[in-house]
Amino acid sequence: MMKTWQAGKRLLPMTAALGLILAGCGREDLSVLRPQGPAAESSFALMKLSISIMIVVLLVVFSIAAYVWIRFRRKPDQNEIPKQVEGSFKLEVLWTVIPLILVVVLAVPTVKAVFAAGNDHSGDKDAIKVKVTGHQYWWEFEYTDYGVTTAQDLVIPAGKDIAFELSTKDVLHSFWVPSLSGKMDTNPDGTVNRFSFSAPNEGVYRGKCAELCGPSHGFMEFKVKSVSGAAFEEWIASMKAPDSVLPDDPALAETFKSQCLTCHATGSMQDLSQAPNLTGIGSRESVAGILLNDDTRVDGAPVEENLKTWLHDPQSVKPGNKMPDPKDLGLSDEEIDGIAEFLAGYTLD
Amino acid sequence: MDWITTVDHKKIAILYLWAGGIFFGIGGLEAILIRIQLIKPMNTFLDAQTFNELITMHGTTMIFLGVMPVIFALMNAVIPLQIGARDVAFPFLNALGFWTFLFGGILLNLSWVMGGAPDAGWTSYTPLSSTGYSPTHGVDFYTIGLQIAGLGTLIGGINFLATIITMRAPGMSFMRMPMFAWTTFITSAIILFAFPAITVGLVLLTFDRILDANFFNVAGGGNPVLWQHIFWIFGHPEVYILILPAFGVISEVIPTFSRKRLFGYSSMVFATILIAFLGFMVWAHHMFTTGLGPVANALFSVSTMLIAVPTGIKIFNWLFTMWGGQVRFTTPNLFAAGFIPTFTMGGVTGVMLASAPADFQFHDTYFVVAHFHYVIVGGLVLGLFAGLHYWWPKMFGRMLSEKLGKWTFWTFIIGFHLTFFVQHFLGLMGMQRRVFTYLPNQQFDLLNLVSTIGAMLMGVGMMIFLTNIFLTSRRPADAADDPWEDGRTLEWTIPSPPPEYNFKQTPLVRGLDAFWKEKMAGHKAMTPSEPVGSIHMPSATILPFLMSVGIFIAGLGFMFSRDEFSSSVMSFLFNNYIVTALGLLITFGSMLMRSLFDDPGWHIEPEELEGR
Ligand code: HEM
Ligand SMILES: [Cu+2]
Repeated sequence: MMKTWQAGKRLLPMTAALGLILAGCGREDLSVLRPQGPAAESSFALMKLSISIMIVVLLVVFSIAAYVWIRFRRKPDQNEIPKQVEGSFKLEVLWTVIPLILVVVLAVPTVKAVFAAGNDHSGDKDAIKVKVTGHQYWWEFEYTDYGVTTAQDLVIPAGKDIAFELSTKDVLHSFWVPSLSGKMDTNPDGTVNRFSFSAPNEGVYRGKCAELCGPSHGFMEFKVKSVSGAAFEEWIASMKAPDSVLPDDPALAETFKSQCLTCHATGSMQDLSQAPNLTGIGSRESVAGILLNDDTRVDGAPVEENLKTWLHDPQSVKPGNKMPDPKDLGLSDEEIDGIAEFLAGYTLD
Repeated sequence: MDWITTVDHKKIAILYLWAGGIFFGIGGLEAILIRIQLIKPMNTFLDAQTFNELITMHGTTMIFLGVMPVIFALMNAVIPLQIGARDVAFPFLNALGFWTFLFGGILLNLSWVMGGAPDAGWTSYTPLSSTGYSPTHGVDFYTIGLQIAGLGTLIGGINFLATIITMRAPGMSFMRMPMFAWTTFITSAIILFAFPAITVGLVLLTFDRILDANFFNVAGGGNPVLWQHIFWIFGHPEVYILILPAFGVISEVIPTFSRKRLFGYSSMVFATILIAFLGFMVWAHHMFTTGLGPVANALFSVSTMLIAVPTGIKIFNWLFTMWGGQVRFTTPNLFAAGFIPTFTMGGVTGVMLASAPADFQFHDTYFVVAHFHYVIVGGLVLGLFAGLHYWWPKMFGRMLSEKLGKWTFWTFIIGFHLTFFVQHFLGLMGMQRRVFTYLPNQQFDLLNLVSTIGAMLMGVGMMIFLTNIFLTSRRPADAADDPWEDGRTLEWTIPSPPPEYNFKQTPLVRGLDAFWKEKMAGHKAMTPSEPVGSIHMPSATILPFLMSVGIFIAGLGFMFSRDEFSSSVMSFLFNNYIVTALGLLITFGSMLMRSLFDDPGWHIEPEELEGR
């Protein structure tokens, strides 16, 4: 055991150097290589350790290979028969034992981290409990202790442990926020998964679905919004504001109620999980998870524009999604634009 | 006609090579289309549904219909020769195995033209692969096509087991057997144990889809995670079914072109057996994120890492085979040389994946795509290229052009690393696999472009290889018996291509590398172990072909048994299982013929043998 530690220690400087190089890779809000929370850091530490060991192995193999290819290349005049060596017990033992030691060096911290990651915080009074439900192709987040349900944007207080309970309403999905934590599958009822992570720094992180779930699998994205504790309480309070808001124009309000609110919920309506809850949709980071609402980003657009894009043709935004085309529901272009405008203004105070 | 009725292992090898080559081409084309779609963000070259069909068919085709038959081609061409046998143990079954494989593969690919290819990934995870979410017949083509093709693989595996156990030349003990024969033997054993698992899985999924069973349906009391277990209990060993034969090829090519015997032969044998054994114990490393819990994850992590040990033994033994030898960089050996570092890189990322908490990040990303392509393409495909260039003169009597061979090697391997090396980083930067496109400004754009360019270059390499084959086929068949001059094993003692009966007299084996041993003793040929005598040969027969056609028809009939057709006659035929019954009738009728009419085969007499 002592020996393995020595080996581990010798790898440390290399690990550190590698960490620096790798950390240059990718966006801070997205890349596995730029971990922003303890769960992602624990994975990253193991990745650095394993890649350090593996680079040493590769260097040894490459050097021996290069040496034999150059040194023992057959020369034109070479005709004597080389010695037919059987093998070498000592050498063979050597390259059995060394990999075994390397495996132990990696296995010990791996097992430790596996059990640490298995600690799901679901019994922890301090943790925020969130029920995540995967749908083709959107994410539903239910805050069980607060009676609040939202979609696409997961709002969490910075630094707090979030205890997740994951499941799916249809096919398998996998819940993944690369810069905050590794992924976990959402299985159907009966095989519910639990895990937890936290985001010490405030910010918006990109989340993805990592299990093939149909045509729009690649578009099943979401955002994790880490905010201060006070801002979180405020958000909960405004989500719980009782009234369902409706468009001012009574005709439009009627259309909205009869055509949209059959699947979607707002405000204090009971949520049937058929479609994303629309409460405060004007304040979200994205429409449908992938149309980014302009926040200085070049690839974004204002909420209202994104809502129009979505409502005028949901299928072309996310092929195979389950929302009916508003035009097929009998809405005119003006009605659609009106509803988009209304939803864009439906913000949380 | 000759080709449809043949039971000669050498001809069946060529059939496998042709069929495998064509399916490999289809799979390659699918890969190129996938890469074109991913060349830039938000590309609209393909739509999402087509993309998912393409990735599903690419994976399925490559694994089951592309590389497997080429492996079987090499085994069929080489194994009887290497062990000094006149054919495989069951020539009739050998033909049957090929035809069921071919018709299974055709059935699967018919899906492209018959209303939708499978779209749930080559792993076909339920419930996505259930009728509720994949309503076309795509997944039915998958389950039934693979079932039929798998039958062929299983038959082939059993045949090689029997052949290697019972038909080795006198004096060839197991520990004198060439390494390729060893890996074929172990591979066949894995097939024997792993394929029944997928057979059962496919039956259950077929029943769920066609007969409304509930094995994987939660609402009906089933469990979708069960499919994952069944699939990977087959699926991980399958990975070793693919890579062990490549290990075997490399273990033949390197000694020949180093003029040295394989370093540490017995530890190689031991490592092969150990890999096969461990291969069955690690299936759940594909399921770390499924939620198996920390105990299972820890156990499967550690057992997976252990595979690195026997694999490492192999790598170092190859390197030390060359040490002190006289290494000649012929095309086969170039591929073998390219294999070593490339495969090692794939193995190394395998160990990284084995660490479950790290895999929570790697899983289902492009990192995994990079890993398994390093292993399958950088390992197996380079191994197959080495083997094909190496044994081509033996199979066809013609040497492939060395110049074009080297061009093939360099374009292919450079293209390969361009394509897949950058994918490690794509995965780490947050790109999931199996996405038909990606949003811009995630820093994925450049690396995807590089990857697509690499894929094109690999395509160029393949074209050069095909050109080489084409040009070579027009030259006279004048390859020497031992064209590489340093052949060590029995296949190099007989003419290229070998006569129908392979060995006029079964050779006597006096040690490992039997031919080399005789050469070193100053002999030009093997010592025979029997006088020249009458050789018994099996008769050609159309029955294996007919049986497979029958199964093919039955499969189609069953698949469409619940469909409404526009013509009532069709509906009547399918809905009452009449088509299914007809297909089975052909198959069972052929079987009956086979049992009722005893075919004694024929003989080649000594006069005829001497006459040639
Ligand atoms: C040192 C040997 C190997 C180790 C330690 C290893 C380890 C692993 C692990 C842990 C995974 C799961 C990754 C994930 O899904 O997150 C994986 C995936 C995979 N491996 Fe390997 N592997 C090894 C050799 C091979 C070989 C020889 C092949 C093929 C010839 C192979 C082909 C694959 C494939 C196809 C997958 C992807 C499965 C999928 O998700 O569809 N591996 N490997
Ligand atoms: Cu998904």
